[in-house]
Amino acid sequence: MIINWKAAGPLIALGALLVLGTLINGNFLSTGNMTNILTRSSFIGIIAIGATFVISSGSIDLSVGSMAAFIAGVMIMFMNTLKDLTDLMWLVVLAGVLAGAVLGMFAGWLNGILTTRGKIEAFIVTLGTMGIYRSLVTYLADGGTLSLNSQVRSLYRPVYYGDILGIPFPVIIFAAMAVLGYVVLNHTAYGRHVQSVGANEHVARYSAISTDRVKIIAFMIQGACVAMATIIYVPRLGSASSSTGVLWELEAIAAVIIGGTLLKGGYGRIGGTVAGALILTLIGNILNLTDAISNYLNGAVQGVIIIAAVFLQRGIGKKQK
Amino acid sequence: MSSSNDSIANSTDVLPALRASGINKSFGPIAVLHDIDFEVYPGEIHALLGENGAGKSTLVKILAGFEQPTSGSLAFNGAPTAWGSMRDAEENGIVLIHQELNLAGLLSVEENIFLGREIKKGLFVDHTAMRKKSRTLLDQLECRASVTARVDDLSVADQQMIEIAKATSRNANVLFLDEPTAVLTPHETKSLFKLLRRLKSEGVAIVFISHKLDEIEQIADRITVLRDGKHIDTVPAHSVTKDDMARLMVGRDLTEYFPHIPVPDKNADIVLSVQGVATDTGVVDAGFDLRRAEVLGFAGLQGAGRTALMEALIGLDPVITGTVRQNGTTVKFKTLGDAKAARIAYLTKDRKGKGLLLGNDLVHNFSLFALEKFTRFFINRKAERTAFDAAAKQFDLRAASPKMLAGSLSGGNQQKLLLAKVLEINPDIIILDEPTRGIDVGAKSQIYGFIADLVSQGRSVIVLSSELSEIIGLSSRVVVMHEGRITGVLEGDQITEEEIMRYATGLGASNGAGKNNRTTADTVEEIS
Repeated sequence: MIINWKAAGPLIALGALLVLGTLINGNFLSTGNMTNILTRSSFIGIIAIGATFVISSGSIDLSVGSMAAFIAGVMIMFMNTLKDLTDLMWLVVLAGVLAGAVLGMFAGWLNGILTTRGKIEAFIVTLGTMGIYRSLVTYLADGGTLSLNSQVRSLYRPVYYGDILGIPFPVIIFAAMAVLGYVVLNHTAYGRHVQSVGANEHVARYSAISTDRVKIIAFMIQGACVAMATIIYVPRLGSASSSTGVLWELEAIAAVIIGGTLLKGGYGRIGGTVAGALILTLIGNILNLTDAISNYLNGAVQGVIIIAAVFLQRGIGKKQK
Repeated sequence: MSSSNDSIANSTDVLPALRASGINKSFGPIAVLHDIDFEVYPGEIHALLGENGAGKSTLVKILAGFEQPTSGSLAFNGAPTAWGSMRDAEENGIVLIHQELNLAGLLSVEENIFLGREIKKGLFVDHTAMRKKSRTLLDQLECRASVTARVDDLSVADQQMIEIAKATSRNANVLFLDEPTAVLTPHETKSLFKLLRRLKSEGVAIVFISHKLDEIEQIADRITVLRDGKHIDTVPAHSVTKDDMARLMVGRDLTEYFPHIPVPDKNADIVLSVQGVATDTGVVDAGFDLRRAEVLGFAGLQGAGRTALMEALIGLDPVITGTVRQNGTTVKFKTLGDAKAARIAYLTKDRKGKGLLLGNDLVHNFSLFALEKFTRFFINRKAERTAFDAAAKQFDLRAASPKMLAGSLSGGNQQKLLLAKVLEINPDIIILDEPTRGIDVGAKSQIYGFIADLVSQGRSVIVLSSELSEIIGLSSRVVVMHEGRITGVLEGDQITEEEIMRYATGLGASNGAGKNNRTTADTVEEIS
């Protein structure tokens, strides 16, 4: 009963928001609105799954939003160039997707190497790379927008707009990534190692855990998740610019924290993170459906929810002692 | 002694500085203190003795206002009181020095001593005055740490001294010390005792918690023994022997304190041979052999380089020069993982900082070092749990539930858990750094038993300890280190406290040296 409180907190909040939404607008629970919410949540949700690993290991990654924009930019340029070289459009898309995945993992590896071998705090490293990627995508787009060739896009389009048995493709990927993340974090040695490193790096080292390796892999998982989110994001608009993915890092971190993962590391919860991502999207959605609170206050409501979530978790934690 | 006896004899007219009557304390459904009466008089050193988990720390916290009793009353200088808060108690001169150090590591020594009570000159902090006063306080403790040094850069022993200086600078009426000597060398302990005797003569009431019975014998006027949260007895210190104290604590006779461990054959295989090892952590030209099925003791003063040597040998720190052979083959452990693969296990002396994840449950802690044993692709939680249950039984781990947090175990049980954790890889060579630090007599003698078992299974054990009696009681040979060098290897009859101390202080073998050694030794001592 005591243990479940922490896990149940985000779910209770999620349930409360669903009830609230239903009361406010009868259309809220419609299939259309629900799939819309799930699809919108999937970008931040997938990135937040990676962030759960990084944060559990005691680090933080601020670069994910810029990284997503940069990966999107490079993918688009890469596919546009390849398109002139071959007529096989599916090959162009596949190469673009692979390039995005490789670039994401490389970017994560770079963040990891700089924090561990370079012995620079993750906050500072990723603050730096955040600026670098944002600036690079602006440079690549020459201050404007990079657009995906329409021929390529028409083939790539279903990755965002398609569905299987009525479930949008991004939602399926989100769910698959969540399950995978859950299994890795909770049922593998690596998952235990991540949480041990986050809880006490000394203890991890004295338990023969290669702490640098664990942290680098966590950043690479984060990079792979950003790449995955970008891969389903690119066909949505078919473009990337300097404003792509702005503030995604904060939303991802917020989803993780609302979900009950400790910001100081040592304890991660993928299920909570998924709930957190849904909560953030729901708030926006509900504000859209009501006139009671201005939609412009979306950020303020999210902020209140984040603070309230952490406050409640802490309060409950204290009572247990 | 006589003066203190007088003060107690006169207790009809002298009021106790602090008196507790009928104290009960429960955490949720768990009662940890049952109806405790306790009093300490001005000018008295009152020792509080008991096994880990007996309730000493809780009682002291209640007396000092850190925790509120569930029921019962307190009287300060005869007047009923209930400490509303720590601050309330502090203002009345109640000072508690915790088991865990409470220092701001990034601040200087002087800033720490006066933290929250800075001496000011107008608007600004008067560093000159604070430095001068800090120096005086530290000099009284014979602590040579610089007052401008950053606390993080000091040894644990110096940090403990600073904690004590901080407490004594507050004009304490009642001073509580919770295991202050756990990290101190014998010499530092002596300085501390000198200070305590002076405070006592000034009329301070002192409550002293320690596991070290000989210290209690030296310093205490009266002894109160707690067991399982109950008050067992309060006796004048001179009326009991150490054996009596141990018996009162555990409630049974401790017949064989050290188990019999056979001395291995001279021709036994050498499982680990170390030659000319140097590290950048201060070890110079270290060499020794470890035989099969022996306990090799490592003695030395704080900072002699024993831990540094071992941590380099097992891959936690680099070995700069030198060779290490395991069973005749040259080995190079780049990481602790390499040493683990070679079936060498290491138990750190820093149980709470490096040994256990205090916020995680017992099972996770237990399996962390040997996790691959339970992992194919996924962790087999059933196998993990079965292994934990077996280890808990084998090591007599007393815990309410395997899901409880390691941090809420008593020290002795934490140590057993840590031992179970490192032994789960089924090691051939086991290096134990301070295996019984800060744990009670009962758990201690159990751990000695485990060491004897390991040896009887043909494993080799290295024991690093600051307790000479432990080194002597367990080891077949003793390696002594001083300032990063191995100064002697003692065998058989040579293994005596005097001989070990001579090597440990860099004096070398005894051949007709006079009685003055002690003082020379004392001045050589402080290295860190």
